[in-house]
Amino acid sequence: MTSRLTDAELVARCRQGDEGAWAELVERFSRYVYAICVQAFRLDDHDAEDVFQDVFARVYEQLDRLRDDEAIRPWIAQLTRRLCIDKLRLLARDTPSDTEPDEREVDDLLASLDDAMTVRAALDKVGDPCREILDRFFCRDESYHTIGEALEIPAGTIASRISRCLEKVRGEFDGRSRGSRPS
Amino acid sequence: MNAYDEERIGRLLRLLPPAPEGWVRAAQELPAARAMLDELVARAEQDAAFRLQLLADLERAVAAAGYEPSPYVVSRLRQLIEAV
Repeated sequence: MTSRLTDAELVARCRQGDEGAWAELVERFSRYVYAICVQAFRLDDHDAEDVFQDVFARVYEQLDRLRDDEAIRPWIAQLTRRLCIDKLRLLARDTPSDTEPDEREVDDLLASLDDAMTVRAALDKVGDPCREILDRFFCRDESYHTIGEALEIPAGTIASRISRCLEKVRGEFDGRSRGSRPS
Repeated sequence: MNAYDEERIGRLLRLLPPAPEGWVRAAQELPAARAMLDELVARAEQDAAFRLQLLADLERAVAAAGYEPSPYVVSRLRQLIEAV
């Protein structure tokens, strides 16, 4: 479920009550919110799920307060960060510990996740089958064999397809599309 | 020099594994959950007995009314019912 709508267009449609747009907004930012919770703040699954649902509930309820629709990504990042800190402080109140992560480390990781979202957007532009191949290999950590079986392509050709697909994603940043569709 | 060379693209993609499907689905169903909340709150405002049931055992009352008492619905309804 990915369209070429910009973040701002997606937000505008959500405001109009388009449930499909909302589902897409959640899909687009779910990995980002999840990564902030578990990588930047090292929440366990249970606490990460609480924060994850809280983030999207607040986004849904407070979307009208967003002044610049194009700024949805930093807004979500900031909201997630704040709710993770609240969760850690709540946990520390019950079980005192020194688990709040270093602010600078969090800043660095959030910057990397922001870059990762930019790459993800480029991958969406490239589309399938590259999107699926790269997603399975890099994001889902699947083996060549598993990818080959799932996509019904010879496992021996996966490495070269990955390489060509990476080149195509890179081409999105060069402002030109290189290479042909992976065969 | 492109700031996004192939190696960096791969490294960045690894930072974004998918969130658990159930979490994503629950968040996507928020609009339906909100509609459900509106109905439950409206009923609680008009029906004192239903409101008492909600106050006594919110999850059971929601389920008895034919709705799925998801964690979001339960926690949000608890806040809303206290204000009714």
